Amino acid sequence: MVASERRLGGLTLPAWQRLLTIGVVIAALVLPLLVKNFTVFQLTLVMVYSIAILGLNLLTGINGQFSLGHSAFYAIGAYTTAILMDRFGVPYALTLPVAGLVCLVAGFLFGLPALRLEGLYLALATFALAVATPQLLKLSLFEHWTGGVQGIVIVKPDAPFGLPLSQDRWLYYFTLIVLILMFAAATRLVSSRTGRALKAIRDNPLAAKAMGIDTALYKSLAFGVSALYTGVAGSLGAIVVQFVAPDSFTFFLAVSFLVGLVVGGVGWIPGALIGGVFVMFVPNLAEQVSKGLAWAVYGVILILVIYLMPTGAAGFVRLVAGRVARLMSSNR
Amino acid sequence: MDSRPLLAVRDVVVRFGGIVALDGVSFDLPAGRILGLIGPNGAGKTTLFNCLSRLYTPASGDVQFEGASILGRPPHRIAEIGIGRTFQNLALFRGLTVLENVLVGGHTRTRSDFFSDALGLPGVRRQDQDLARWAGEVIDYLGLGEVARRPVTGLPFGTQKRVELARALVMRPKLLLLDEPAGGLNHEEVADLGRLIRQIRDDHGVTILLVEHHMGLVMSVSDVVVALDFGRKICEGVPTAVQQDPAVIAAYLGTAKT
Repeated sequence: MVASERRLGGLTLPAWQRLLTIGVVIAALVLPLLVKNFTVFQLTLVMVYSIAILGLNLLTGINGQFSLGHSAFYAIGAYTTAILMDRFGVPYALTLPVAGLVCLVAGFLFGLPALRLEGLYLALATFALAVATPQLLKLSLFEHWTGGVQGIVIVKPDAPFGLPLSQDRWLYYFTLIVLILMFAAATRLVSSRTGRALKAIRDNPLAAKAMGIDTALYKSLAFGVSALYTGVAGSLGAIVVQFVAPDSFTFFLAVSFLVGLVVGGVGWIPGALIGGVFVMFVPNLAEQVSKGLAWAVYGVILILVIYLMPTGAAGFVRLVAGRVARLMSSNR
Repeated sequence: MDSRPLLAVRDVVVRFGGIVALDGVSFDLPAGRILGLIGPNGAGKTTLFNCLSRLYTPASGDVQFEGASILGRPPHRIAEIGIGRTFQNLALFRGLTVLENVLVGGHTRTRSDFFSDALGLPGVRRQDQDLARWAGEVIDYLGLGEVARRPVTGLPFGTQKRVELARALVMRPKLLLLDEPAGGLNHEEVADLGRLIRQIRDDHGVTILLVEHHMGLVMSVSDVVVALDFGRKICEGVPTAVQQDPAVIAAYLGTAKT
């Protein structure tokens, strides 16, 4: 028989994970009722960034493809929503699947030529995408749609069904629902046949082919699905911030996603949440330490984090879980 | 008896630049047999192996599996017709556990897509459970049950080689290509491997093509041995005959081409 799973305090590891997940969800449900509206807005943005980082994680962590251009997919998602709401009066919730679908196609199409590129070359190609996007959005040719340099202002939605929630709190819960659905889908996906194929390609493309995996198809689809996630995040971000403009989606945003990915742990799905917290709050924290040297402080914090947790939060969590397990088994 | 061989290699020629790596090699492999492919370094064994797994395309000649040419197939469409392989230097998926590695071997025996997998639809879940059960059987068969949930990295070399075997067997291949399976194993492990190879053939009804340096192993497990030298077949026959063939002896002692 295949060896049974390890137990910890009478529960299997998946049981602990489920328990922890339920705890986090309950905390996430209660938290916005305890803090002021601006903090709720910030927490919503944490979730938005988490979804974007999760998208990057599916591509980089699970499938081993590098991207410095995910700000572009975030921008496409954000503009799709903004244009649909502002120019066509589409309800905000309906713009999400459209934005996701547009980004799925955009990501897949970008993924096709990217098949020929590996590692650093793919990084450069995606970098090109990131630096080109803000300027394309400013082009006067598209100005009628994109609003040019000015961007588009969106009206903040009210809570539906007469729910007694402020706009910020409602958007928080709306984003939370989307986040849970997308994390649940990603968790299922990575442990499925498709997920195993993606990881096999990451670890050994030659052997993956010998196992009958169509590496080209899976890699371009991984690009598409990754872009879908980041695009939905962009769409949510646009609704939450109530504004899209070309300069919100620069290369710096793409690097922020990458920072979030590495801090959270490459290839670890829940790590995206920790990455989202880092990307949202650490720059603010740095600014509180020193206004003039905020980015220098940020840099120092980043180096410290990488030094203390070389494999991101994922490795740190595994280390702590391992220590606790040993402690409990030695007490018995 | 089916008179048609499972695998037929026909006048295969492979050139790299001006060098002829394979020069009109032909042989048949009937179903249920174990064929050992031998030859000194640079004889063309690996080149031929790579033609079978479609990494190289011959300049001329043909490779037929169950009577149909495989040369029109890309490398990722070889597994689905029932050809599995192991690698000379380990090619496991290093980020995955033993069980996950073996499950990847079942890729062609299952169907799914991103959408149904992300939603965890009942059909793909049932299929995954069936595959996991079969993978568990293969894992036990190869004595890997104890380490099934461990990451493959860090396991002893011999164990990792068995994981590769398990991964190849899960796809239920008709033909199993083994690329130097004895490489890096000690004397005792090689003896075990020899028994295992024959046992796999008998239990799973698999036809096996073995490329191997280790003479003892090839001679003890093979039904037929094909010897290559300088890209040509110099001998084919039962192990005892090949061992005594003057051309083979000369090739290994290096006195042939004067």
